[in-house]
Amino acid sequence: MTPARFQPGDRVKVMKADVPGHLRTPWYIRGHEGEVERICGFFANPEELAFNRHGLPKRALYRVRFAQKKVWPDYAGPAGDTIDVEIYEHWLERA
Amino acid sequence: MSTHHHHDHDHDHHDHAHPTQPDIDGPLTYHQKLEIAIRELMIEKGILSADEVRRTVEAMDARSPAGGAKVVARAWNDPAYKQLLMSDPSKALNQVGVEVGLYKLVVVENTDKVHNLVVCTLCSCYPRAVLGLPPDWYKSRAYRSRAVREPRQVMAEFGLEVPDDTTVRVHDSTADMRYLVLPKRPKGTEGWSEEKLAAIVTRDTMIGVAEARAS
Repeated sequence: MTPARFQPGDRVKVMKADVPGHLRTPWYIRGHEGEVERICGFFANPEELAFNRHGLPKRALYRVRFAQKKVWPDYAGPAGDTIDVEIYEHWLERA
Repeated sequence: MSTHHHHDHDHDHHDHAHPTQPDIDGPLTYHQKLEIAIRELMIEKGILSADEVRRTVEAMDARSPAGGAKVVARAWNDPAYKQLLMSDPSKALNQVGVEVGLYKLVVVENTDKVHNLVVCTLCSCYPRAVLGLPPDWYKSRAYRSRAVREPRQVMAEFGLEVPDDTTVRVHDSTADMRYLVLPKRPKGTEGWSEEKLAAIVTRDTMIGVAEARAS
């Protein structure tokens, strides 16, 4: 297990990848930039667990906060509204 | 659908149409068959007993929002407990005898400035340990797709208008966390006992589609 690469407050970008498998990164958030809200902990990789593999080493899981107006250009609410999504480290790059 | 059913036997006829429950539920799906096959094999091999399976299902069905209501009510009445619930939910649940379950809980607090709403867009992840089984609408595609995209409209359809000067934070429960909303304590509940408070903390207030009310 390597230490978490990102810290709360860091700006990150979600990879825009279209790969097959059991993914926990929702389509709508791929390619978007947000801010790390917290490190949730380290977990076996669910993309591997789904295929009965051990999913080790454990991966850092983050809660990343995104501005709704950026995610949905037609978002009708105020600019401050946010969406938080849990994203595994291997889906994130520094923004 | 026709408004009148033809029967080949004598029957008390009502002049209104009534819904019927089909006798046969339809063919089993692939995964239903798989579940039955594996369950029967495990019982046959003596790994599990039918009674153990039944008891587990019964225990899952018996979980209810009462666990969540209990911790919320205590947090409203006890600032130290609230702090613990926010910082270490597992420990806070243990303290009041609510089983933590498999997943890590994150508690998000509603205030005058922030309103939280929980959804799982990928499937139907839900804090079952504290809320029991999810309502059907929580698992519907309509809720799952719209709660992230137009949360204010969705909440309005539930009867909750969130003012524009309150930030709406949606939490998509995509991986290993489960979310519990700590609703705002309503005015007019000063001096209430924990039991009395717990009675107004409903399931929907802890998902975020409603606010707790004093009456």
